[in-house]
Amino acid sequence: MVVTGAGIVTAYGSGWRVNAHGFRAGRTAFRPVTLFDVSRQRSQMAAEADLPDTLPPTRLPARQVNRLDRASRILLLAAHEAWRQAGWEPAENLPLVLGTTSGGMVLGEEYFKRAVSFPRSHRGQPTRALHYQPQTQGRVIAEALGFCGPIIIIANACASGANALGQAWEMIRSGRADHILAGGYDALAQLVFAGFDALQAISPGGCRPFDAHRDGLSIGEGAAMVALETLDLASRRGAEILGELIGYGSTMDCHHLTQPHPEGQAGLAAMQCACEVAQVNPADIDYVNAHGTGTPLNDSSEAAAINRWAGSHAATLPVSSTKADIGHLLGGAGAVEAVVCLMVLREQWLPPETTVETPDPICRFPLVRQPSDAQCELVLSNSIGFGGANATLLFRRHP
Amino acid sequence: MNRVFVSGLGAVSPAGWGVPALRAALAAGEPLPLRRIERPGWDRPINARFVPDPSPRPAFLAHARLRRASPLTHYVAAAALEALGHISSNPARLSRLGLIVCLQSGCVQYSCRFYKEVLEAPATASPLLFPETVFAAPASHLAALLGDVSLVTTLVGDPALFLQGVALVADWLVEGRVDFGLVVGAEEANWLRADAIWHFDHGCVPSAGAGCVCLSLDGAASIGVELSALTDVQTYLSSRSRSHAAQLMRQQLSTGSVNELLCDGLQGCRRLDAPELAAWQSWPGPRLSPKRVLGEGLMAASGWQCVAACDALAHGDFTGATLSLVGCNQQAIGARFVRLS
Repeated sequence: MVVTGAGIVTAYGSGWRVNAHGFRAGRTAFRPVTLFDVSRQRSQMAAEADLPDTLPPTRLPARQVNRLDRASRILLLAAHEAWRQAGWEPAENLPLVLGTTSGGMVLGEEYFKRAVSFPRSHRGQPTRALHYQPQTQGRVIAEALGFCGPIIIIANACASGANALGQAWEMIRSGRADHILAGGYDALAQLVFAGFDALQAISPGGCRPFDAHRDGLSIGEGAAMVALETLDLASRRGAEILGELIGYGSTMDCHHLTQPHPEGQAGLAAMQCACEVAQVNPADIDYVNAHGTGTPLNDSSEAAAINRWAGSHAATLPVSSTKADIGHLLGGAGAVEAVVCLMVLREQWLPPETTVETPDPICRFPLVRQPSDAQCELVLSNSIGFGGANATLLFRRHP
Repeated sequence: MNRVFVSGLGAVSPAGWGVPALRAALAAGEPLPLRRIERPGWDRPINARFVPDPSPRPAFLAHARLRRASPLTHYVAAAALEALGHISSNPARLSRLGLIVCLQSGCVQYSCRFYKEVLEAPATASPLLFPETVFAAPASHLAALLGDVSLVTTLVGDPALFLQGVALVADWLVEGRVDFGLVVGAEEANWLRADAIWHFDHGCVPSAGAGCVCLSLDGAASIGVELSALTDVQTYLSSRSRSHAAQLMRQQLSTGSVNELLCDGLQGCRRLDAPELAAWQSWPGPRLSPKRVLGEGLMAASGWQCVAACDALAHGDFTGATLSLVGCNQQAIGARFVRLS
């Protein structure tokens, strides 16, 4: 099963090239939040995405394009890039699998504020009620690109994006589809930002995954979409292949709603499952893109899982978390990090996390801290969600 | 080809906690009493149907993970445990259990409370509330309550999504990834959700609860009901209206007979009901419309429809039951269940 198209939007910008440049350098993209009032929050920084004034031409009428909310715009940019790169044609039965945590939450917030502040004014409220829902955003993508099929929306918190790709992989593997557009997205929303701030999970100083003195995550926004299809279909079309998705593991951690098991049992099981399905060993893996949020509990749990899973190979296994650069994209994180893995395979470099000063001694693996070239054939990406959803994706370079 | 059987049913609704309460309310056929919702800044009444407090309070609600959880989680857990029945006390079987929770609005009560706190004083917004607002929270709590569940996912969409959940669990079963699979549809009600629904039809009565089916390939564990057909997903597009999608869904299902029940989503709202009414106007057999009695429970209502259809078959009232789910803004999907002879 291969990826023939990838689209990505982060605080680096929109598109493969600008993102590859940023990830390769390990440039951090955080700045003061401008989308909503954070003056009374503990933290005021996030990785906001600068969106272009105009969206690429699609089948959507101009009137509809002008009314798209921020999440839909981010999603459309990523989907359009993946679709165009894959060279797919409009299809009648093409599934769309999306992962998100909050869909168009910004519209939901606006609905609430208007309902409270102007209870007798209903102008625009039906549109907000409709468009904040993720299925509306999914329909926008289908309409824009001209395809039709089931829309599946997975909301497994911060593992949603990885689960969406995994679900698409399962569907193709079992013969239920031969090509699927899949990915994840989330736009910055005040409720979510304030939620992590209320949990004191946001770092006041900056995200430093796996640093001994890490003190929290940073929030970002963005999306990534991939065009996933059978190798046979891609070969017949003569499509350019960005990489192969060869394994997927999905497990559940019942330890706590917001805290992973200290030993990372579910994370370990997800990595083992993905490797077993792909019939590869940890020693075959050349790079791990960790979930690595920068919170004390997530990183120690994930490090423990990677240590146990990799065994003696851990000592030479490069690991990094790109959340150090673009923040935690929540429902978009797993999909964006999957595209980072494709970049690693295509361009043969490792994405550093330059914010780490003192690696946590729990990490028995080397953290990638400087931009570097590398030979990578197999890379693995972890995602760990609120509530305990764990997902691992395994990619292979296509010769 | 593998056969997929219904192994258990569970429901929480304005009729009460449990399938017997749902069955009794639907048999009576009378719309349940309404309760007025206070909407901030507006004295025009919005009516809704709420889930009554359980009496006696179920013991599982004392579980550490459920004490502070939202009503939504309580409904999900109650419906799932009822559907699991005796399986829930068998750890070996639970370890091969899959769980899908389907939601449209999700945890609106805590979301409203938390966002109100954020707007008023973000520095003191409750860290206890926020995690419960996440779509995945009910599934997480239920998995913890059950102890060891192998596959868990939360799906979001319009109410017809419930049958996408059924299809996904059926795939898990056929692929041998689980032995039993739960599909739970659930919602809770509050003023904001009622306000949103009001914009689309002033006569629509929001309600809350959950409906759950447990599926397996083990005919011996079934309640005497088999899933015999699932239609394609008919997604709404500018070129495919809700009415057109409902017609396409209907064309893939049985023509019906006097011994076959149609369990539909009609609720007495002319505009919302029109596509489904048109699609099924030639149905020759009996019909059951749970929303007319219970209200618009969105994903919960889809669960109730599925539970009501299967329950009627299990009690030998009909030989087959067709389920029509015409969602509000995403898709139409239908299914057919049959009674095992």
